[in-house]
Amino acid sequence: MNSDQAKSGYTFTAESLRKKFRFSEFFAEKLITSVAFLSIAVIILIFFFVFRESLPAFKHRPKGTTEENRVSAGNKPESYGSNESAEALQKPETYTGAEPAAAVNKPETYGEVKDTSVSADEVNPDAKFRTSESPDSEGSLSSLFSNEWFPVSENPRYGLIPLFVGTLKVTLIAMLFAAPIAILAALFSSAFAPAWLREWIKPAIELLAGFPSVVIGFFALMVMATFFQNVFGYETRLNSFVGGAAMALAAIPIIFTITEDALTAVPRTYTEASLALGASKWQTAVFVILPAATPGIFAAVLLGIGRVFGETMIALMATGNAALSSLNPFESVRTLAATIGAEMAEVVFGDMHYGVLFLIGSILFIFNFTLNALAEFYVKVRLVRKIQGRGA
Amino acid sequence: MKEAKIVTRDLTLHYGLKMALNSINLHIPEKEVTAFIGPSGCGKSTFLRCLNRMNDLIPSVHIKGEILIDGLDIYQKKIDVVNLRKKIGMVFQKSNPFAKSIFENVAYGPKINGISDKKKLTEIVESSLKNAAIWDEVKDRMHDSALGLSGGQQQRLCIARTLAVEPEIILMDEPASALDPISTGKIEELIFELKKKYTIVIVTHNMQQAARVSDHTAFFYLGELIEFGKTRKIFTAPDIKQTEEYITGRFG
Repeated sequence: MNSDQAKSGYTFTAESLRKKFRFSEFFAEKLITSVAFLSIAVIILIFFFVFRESLPAFKHRPKGTTEENRVSAGNKPESYGSNESAEALQKPETYTGAEPAAAVNKPETYGEVKDTSVSADEVNPDAKFRTSESPDSEGSLSSLFSNEWFPVSENPRYGLIPLFVGTLKVTLIAMLFAAPIAILAALFSSAFAPAWLREWIKPAIELLAGFPSVVIGFFALMVMATFFQNVFGYETRLNSFVGGAAMALAAIPIIFTITEDALTAVPRTYTEASLALGASKWQTAVFVILPAATPGIFAAVLLGIGRVFGETMIALMATGNAALSSLNPFESVRTLAATIGAEMAEVVFGDMHYGVLFLIGSILFIFNFTLNALAEFYVKVRLVRKIQGRGA
Repeated sequence: MKEAKIVTRDLTLHYGLKMALNSINLHIPEKEVTAFIGPSGCGKSTFLRCLNRMNDLIPSVHIKGEILIDGLDIYQKKIDVVNLRKKIGMVFQKSNPFAKSIFENVAYGPKINGISDKKKLTEIVESSLKNAAIWDEVKDRMHDSALGLSGGQQQRLCIARTLAVEPEIILMDEPASALDPISTGKIEELIFELKKKYTIVIVTHNMQQAARVSDHTAFFYLGELIEFGKTRKIFTAPDIKQTEEYITGRFG
């Protein structure tokens, strides 16, 4: 049979059509797959690490040890090296997580670090007034729900509520500024601007996305704070309003870019159909293009929220960093991210404060996950159905 | 021939430097169906889009000459394009319902014209869908997405959407070219019904379709109007040889 084929000059022979092993393609495919899995694995590992480090916050520790180490927290981090009483401290590599069991199971060993410095008050002036309170119930889980964030007081309290209030307040203010401005700008750019102008606007705003947040923070600190104070006449110069407005500057380019892409991706046939029905340009943009782009716009706003929620530098520089849980936008606030940013470098490794900071990290993590999940499963389905009809 | 609804005088159109229509003179009669035939790129769609000034959207287009509808030049400076398009409906080659529910699709036109009364809107939507012969298929799913309909249903929905604005003229740009024969048949029946009330201009690649639905036929070639006349005459005894060759399939 085979020889017949060869003789008669067929082109469809088993020989010419034999399966080939394409090594480079096989290799490239495996490489891409492993890179993808690696990145997922890294994210999972980070989350695992952050969450594990936050576990000490849930543990009741013997009193005395928990209280004393608080004092050392902010002031002499270098004392890690000189106090060699604890076994973990003799092995600096435990910081890298090489011996996680030690960190989780024996956090109390770190507590034996004794520092004579009492200048913790500089870090939190309020501590002066709280020096002699009963130590029990402090430093425990219950204080997480209190209204006071005094992590380096002699009598530390880790109330997360003011941090939550502050973060949500700043996020809300930032989104109230950023979302309308960015969406309207995107609508203008995609539906009304002449082509030459659009070619300028889009890259210009996208360039803003690469602006270092420390520069925005600086600008807010020096310029915006003064300007808003002159306009509104509030007392505290740095507050959630200034911080929110500054973070809006960081969020606008993100929301703008994605919204603009979503609006541009709306098929041209929609525009034509609407105009042919006698709709004006404005009616077409608002009643046809905008609703058709809802999922994209929603994703844009979510990304903006994620950006603001996790923004650290602007929060540190422009919000005043006082952990107050007031609803007044012109009061100083301390955000979750700024708290980590400000305190993590000065905290005692493995201690309650350390654990709480990591807990905050986990919360930021979980919040973003929840936000995205919410968007995916609830809002996308419900909102899109409402605007675009069932089964869209 | 009935009275002409649309008259064009020396209509010439350029895309940039390229001439797409050369001095078209045409009388489109009222409440009849006029079909434009011709090979791809001959300018028939471009001409159709001149009639409701959709070409205004393309910056490089320059138009000379006149288009008179009921004797009024629609390219005058004083004409409001938005109001003009309310009187001239258009159905596109590719069905393009909005990403909204079926009801909202049809109600969109009346809504932007300021009708907000729910009862009135429902009436308009129902009668438009009935006139577009799609009511029975969608009456139980008015609030489902229009994108879930089949291609033929979507196209009839687009026709219903056009009817809801109560135009006088309906322009159809190859309305059935992407549809199967059954859906095409339904659209053709629909056109036959609609011409009692509306002046219809249809661009088609399908010669049989032109022969079936139209009263008058215009043959375009390379931006020129070659021949215009009663459909029966164009398809049986055209005056010009080019027309005959195109219709019998010898070129184009």
